[in-house]
Amino acid sequence: MLIITCPWCGQRDQSEFTAHGEAHVARPEHPEQLTESQWGDYVFFRSNPKGVHHERWVHTHGCRRWFNVVRDTVTDHIFATYRPGERKPEIKG
Amino acid sequence: MERYSIFSLARNAISHHRGWQRAWRSPDPQKTYDVVIIGGGGHGLATAYYLARECDAGRVAVLEKGWLGGGNTGRNTTIVRSNYLWDESAGIYEHAMKLWEKLSADLNYNVMFSQRGLLHLAHSVHDMQEIGRRGSAIYLNGIDSEFLTPGQVREMVPFINLDCRYPVMGALLQRRGGTARHDAVAWGYARAADNLGVDIIQNCEVTGFRIEDNTVTGIETTRGLIGARKVGCVVAGHCSQLAELAGFRLPIESFPLQALVSEPVKPVLDCVVMSGSVHAYISQSDKGELVIGAGSDGYNSYSQRGGFDIIEETVGPVIELYPVFSRLKMLRHWAGIVDVTVDRSPIISRTPVKNLFFNCGWGTGGFKATPGSGHVFAHSIARGEMHPIAEPFSINRFNTGALIDEGAAAAVAH
Repeated sequence: MLIITCPWCGQRDQSEFTAHGEAHVARPEHPEQLTESQWGDYVFFRSNPKGVHHERWVHTHGCRRWFNVVRDTVTDHIFATYRPGERKPEIKG
Repeated sequence: MERYSIFSLARNAISHHRGWQRAWRSPDPQKTYDVVIIGGGGHGLATAYYLARECDAGRVAVLEKGWLGGGNTGRNTTIVRSNYLWDESAGIYEHAMKLWEKLSADLNYNVMFSQRGLLHLAHSVHDMQEIGRRGSAIYLNGIDSEFLTPGQVREMVPFINLDCRYPVMGALLQRRGGTARHDAVAWGYARAADNLGVDIIQNCEVTGFRIEDNTVTGIETTRGLIGARKVGCVVAGHCSQLAELAGFRLPIESFPLQALVSEPVKPVLDCVVMSGSVHAYISQSDKGELVIGAGSDGYNSYSQRGGFDIIEETVGPVIELYPVFSRLKMLRHWAGIVDVTVDRSPIISRTPVKNLFFNCGWGTGGFKATPGSGHVFAHSIARGEMHPIAEPFSINRFNTGALIDEGAAAAVAH
């Protein structure tokens, strides 16, 4: 079980949270201009790294707000958590 | 190859079993091969075996970074079934089932395939509608599928608690479903492939691809450069890393999936019982251990260990459904890394790099498909065009939208 620091509520058990995959996947500005192939790339294709991963979590059983986590996917060590819109912290894996 | 039989067993018994041959060689890699398969698990070894036996593929090698069957082949819960909803899935899983049914004789190796029957329990009106739809679809695809009443479930599993927190309202039964010995599948395919001249090279990790004119020409490994005319990549859990080495991305994310086994007890459960909605998924091995499949963690990880909360969520319903198991001790617990696609169906496909083929994304349920997956992948690599059964599982489906949505049939909550 991970212990996650919600940027609004502080340290809580992972069971209060839900993970929602890779962060910083920007929604295309003009979706109507995308080909099916480009749209598929945006919706389904992910980097799935073995190492440092920037990911989105939501504090489902808490404040219900979204935030980002930087975690090592091999050790599950959490380097940092930060609010949406904040600068992506530089982490060297 | 020394043929295994009752006579060879008797002959070797006389010499106190000191005379058995090694089951496969341990050759050094050659400079080049016609086909190199990356990944020495069940799917990879099966691919190599069918390439050598049916496809006239020339010189074939299998590269394995650890030891044979040490990845997800050795970490699954050994369940075999073919009761999937969509025609495409029925095609590949039933193809595998037909190969399973004669596999031990085919390989001259006892894979302990046991068609002991497999039950999917339904605990709600929604579950009943789901098994109704899926059971009928399976039946129309010519695959055995029966509906059971709670009374019939009790006849098969006399100690089940039907009137539990989420009462058992019915079940879907595939009598041809069951289990196989997972290690034996890897070893049987390895021995048979080796006998046909396939070089199986263990402790050989792939570190890069040689790609010229967008065509793969070789593989960089920890044992040097190995030339290859064609490459098939069959690595459960780590396919995104290999795709990155080849310069493209996959529609896959990797998660730990856990399983646990109890102390061995006398025969008590002679079928497989799965319950997707409360997540209790159980069978008994021939050694007597109860084999329990847990869920996958909700976040990407390559840690090969999962969260304890997942175990609790699994063991709770198991005890509720089978109070008789409540005092059993759990002996071992582990996790494998499963590569999950968004539609819970695998990818068997060409890739953006010519002559480089991928077979991955089997998610939480690849073991059952081992023979079928290897068979169609071998034919696809050899011909350079996808086998008709493999065609729908192309990586292009994520860009065209022709997904094969098996979320409901995966039996494991994701």
